[in-house]
Amino acid sequence: MYAQMIKTASAGVKSREEMTDQEREFQDKIDNDIKIEPRDWMPDDYRRTLIRQIGQHAHSEVVGQLPEGNWITRAPTLERKAILLAKVQDEAGHGLYLYSAAETLGESRDELVRLLHEGRMKYSSIFNYPTLNWADIGAVGWLVDGAAIVNQVALQRTSYGPYSRAMIRICKEESFHARQGYHAIMKMAFGTPEQTRQAQSAVDRLWFPAIMMFGPTDADSTNSDQSMAWKIKVKSNDELRQQFVDQTVPQIEYLGLDLPDPNIKWNEERGHYDFSDPDWSEFFNVIKGNGPCNVDRMKDRVAAWDDGEWVRDGLLAHAQKKAAAKVAAE
Amino acid sequence: MKNEWPLWEIFIRGQHGMSHRHVGSLHAPDAEMAIKNARDVYTRRNEGVSIWVVEAKHISATAPGDKGPLFEPSESKIYRHPTFFDIPEEVGSM
Repeated sequence: MYAQMIKTASAGVKSREEMTDQEREFQDKIDNDIKIEPRDWMPDDYRRTLIRQIGQHAHSEVVGQLPEGNWITRAPTLERKAILLAKVQDEAGHGLYLYSAAETLGESRDELVRLLHEGRMKYSSIFNYPTLNWADIGAVGWLVDGAAIVNQVALQRTSYGPYSRAMIRICKEESFHARQGYHAIMKMAFGTPEQTRQAQSAVDRLWFPAIMMFGPTDADSTNSDQSMAWKIKVKSNDELRQQFVDQTVPQIEYLGLDLPDPNIKWNEERGHYDFSDPDWSEFFNVIKGNGPCNVDRMKDRVAAWDDGEWVRDGLLAHAQKKAAAKVAAE
Repeated sequence: MKNEWPLWEIFIRGQHGMSHRHVGSLHAPDAEMAIKNARDVYTRRNEGVSIWVVEAKHISATAPGDKGPLFEPSESKIYRHPTFFDIPEEVGSM
């Protein structure tokens, strides 16, 4: 998802007998759906895993601005431009809510940003794909934010209070993202033959990257057990992926577009759509840094940080000078 | 990156005459910028009519370990609630 393949810091799920009294008390709170708050006692591994997951989630929001920012100056109408600007601004806000949640665990935002820029933390694989035509912007809002919503709705019930509260706030704004995206791609799908072709191309290219967002299959998610026991993760990758496919297939059909995968078929017995696995070797390759846009994304992020340094330092120096003058005057 | 801006806690009063409520935090070099940033981050959809900002380091809080001694005593004092008292129906609403 926006956080994929988070390595859980743990030697494995402990049985109740193996836990210390403190750990048992902690697990009881989680089992009873009592939120863990910043100054409560928590196992070091719980803290470390959360910092990784929330940090990666925050990085994804911020890097996710880049593929959409690509189209702000080329939006087809002033209204679409204003909508896209508002959406991209929301993503910056989402990054901020999440960095704030990570900071309550004792990790500063600047430190997380440094780890990202040094390549020691990741962001979601989806943002390493390009946005080639205007229909892609519709598809990103509808499919990418749609997939994010499926994950984030589940995460509203996550055990860590500040993370859960950030998810609640983000979900409220996210449904604007999905709807404006679907609205934009509807215009394209129902437009001229060339526009319909672009809409089809967007769905064909973004479908598999979107379902990869949920991470590897459950059989290959070796880190999940402890995260599920701690309710850092609430639903499994495959469960969330199926939910996304089930809700999205009828939406593709409504647009009158061809399904991007010939194996998508309603399975009466399971009560779900069947679908093909994405090419997992592509997924792992993108995660390793070899997707179509990994290099550009990091170059743009680092440049934005470096180019903004004089502003950050200047404002801080000004604030310190004013504070010193105030003290002197008192 | 030692020049990190300080952390501010943000409180917003909503539309309907309620108290200011904590909505989140952000970094800013000073109070003026904290208010500007809070306006951009936390009131993009008519969420508020007034903003307070407080630098996080100035907030004092109870410790999680004090939860029992501080808050449990009120659990046994049910007579502090109006529903503790049965008033005959003939008396009318009270």
